[in-house]
Amino acid sequence: MSEAKKTPFYEKHLALEGKIVDYSGWLLPVQYTKGLVEEVHDTRQRAALFDVSHMGEISVKGKDALNYLQKLVVNDVSRLKDKAIMYSPVCYSDGGVVDDILIYRLNADNYFLVVNAANTDKDFAWFKENLLGEVDLNNLSPEYAQIALQGPESEKILQQLTSEPLAAMKNYHFKADLDVAGVNCIVSRTGYTGEDGFEIYCLNEGASKLWDAVWEAGKKHQLNPAGLGARDVLRLEASMPLYGHELGKELTPLMAGLDRFVALEKEVPFNGQEALIKQKTEGLSKKLYGLEMLERGVPREGYSVKVGEKEIGWISSGSFSPTLDKFIAMAFLDPEAVGKHDEVQVAIRNRSYRARVTKLPFYRRKK
Amino acid sequence: MDYKIMDGLKYTKKHEWIRQEGNIGAVGLCDYAQDKLGEIVFVELPDIDAEVEAGKSAAVIESVKAVADLYSPLSGKVTEVNEELLDQPELINSDPYGEAWVYKLEIKDESELANLMDKAEYEKFIVEEEEK
Repeated sequence: MSEAKKTPFYEKHLALEGKIVDYSGWLLPVQYTKGLVEEVHDTRQRAALFDVSHMGEISVKGKDALNYLQKLVVNDVSRLKDKAIMYSPVCYSDGGVVDDILIYRLNADNYFLVVNAANTDKDFAWFKENLLGEVDLNNLSPEYAQIALQGPESEKILQQLTSEPLAAMKNYHFKADLDVAGVNCIVSRTGYTGEDGFEIYCLNEGASKLWDAVWEAGKKHQLNPAGLGARDVLRLEASMPLYGHELGKELTPLMAGLDRFVALEKEVPFNGQEALIKQKTEGLSKKLYGLEMLERGVPREGYSVKVGEKEIGWISSGSFSPTLDKFIAMAFLDPEAVGKHDEVQVAIRNRSYRARVTKLPFYRRKK
Repeated sequence: MDYKIMDGLKYTKKHEWIRQEGNIGAVGLCDYAQDKLGEIVFVELPDIDAEVEAGKSAAVIESVKAVADLYSPLSGKVTEVNEELLDQPELINSDPYGEAWVYKLEIKDESELANLMDKAEYEKFIVEEEEK
């Protein structure tokens, strides 16, 4: 494997005493000095700044761009308007998941895709393999930096740096070519924490200036940095899937409960359509549920879930939840067994711990 | 980064400490290890009367992100466990050498103490670990 890459914010993380780890080939802070639990609270109560430059960016342009995307992804991109964003899984023909992505529509012939860091190269190869018509595909990932400003104070912080009225920007909408503190940015009202917030993209050259400006503007709002650890816990609390856990080659978006992002009836045939229709018709042998521990014990990925001696599934993500002060997990379970039992057991080392099956998400912010 | 290290304790390379009082030893996790793990949220204690072996896992300490074994510094029989940690595992973060002892054991073989480090040796060991 090649040497881990540094994002344009690497020096900022060192100055803030971030604990650096190698995540999917990127050197990023897993947490800063306050620790993961406080960083989660900061995000929910005020605001937190995340470096998410590891995310990949791919541009899709050309007169056949829409048609191409319609074939490539499972959601219905024809419903997407200019300056709006759509979440979509991307599937193989067997319904297994290549990646889950965000699609930013600049106009009918121009889209900006955001993909998972670990999948960027695989995605780009898959996108190329599926090319059709007049489409210009570009992997912009090496040129782009990205920060996520998340939490209820985010709008007030960012508004100081731009003349764009942010209150008018709705969820899953964006503005391109926006001047933020003198840096040309794409700003979207999106995030991976379950809070209000923004994701801001800029070319690497402007990254340091952007970070400093956001940091300065955040001071009177008690903005704090947050690392990958907090990000993972926040998305688990908000029950957002993470590729490699709730989604993967052997898992379909229907299993992960993402039905509303799967346009089975789409007019343009798409990769995975037949397999997903078949799965929807025949029913699922495993489906994603929430678990809440009834005894103290940390449910973690890979642990098996049982009813008595019978194994009924496995945990895909689990953690202590600082927001709920509970131990929670997402788990793929046999729906038939869940129908008969509200209470299940999680096998942790050589003991079974009682847990309750719950609806997802665990956490939803008050609007 | 400065880590707390106490006089009078013996240390392992896996960052456990033991405080000897007669033939009894109290065992816990070092400041260095709790800092690396982050916020501790769960502790699995050994059973009373369990026979633990030097260098073998005797308890499990879990932070939000990680699971870590606590390896017994010495061999012996467990005489007492710290049940406070079941409800307040975060004591390991706040007071690793005091309130957050994990278990006590009846020392089986005093000669095993020779395999452990004293404060000065452990200090040096940590510096080397940090340089890695």
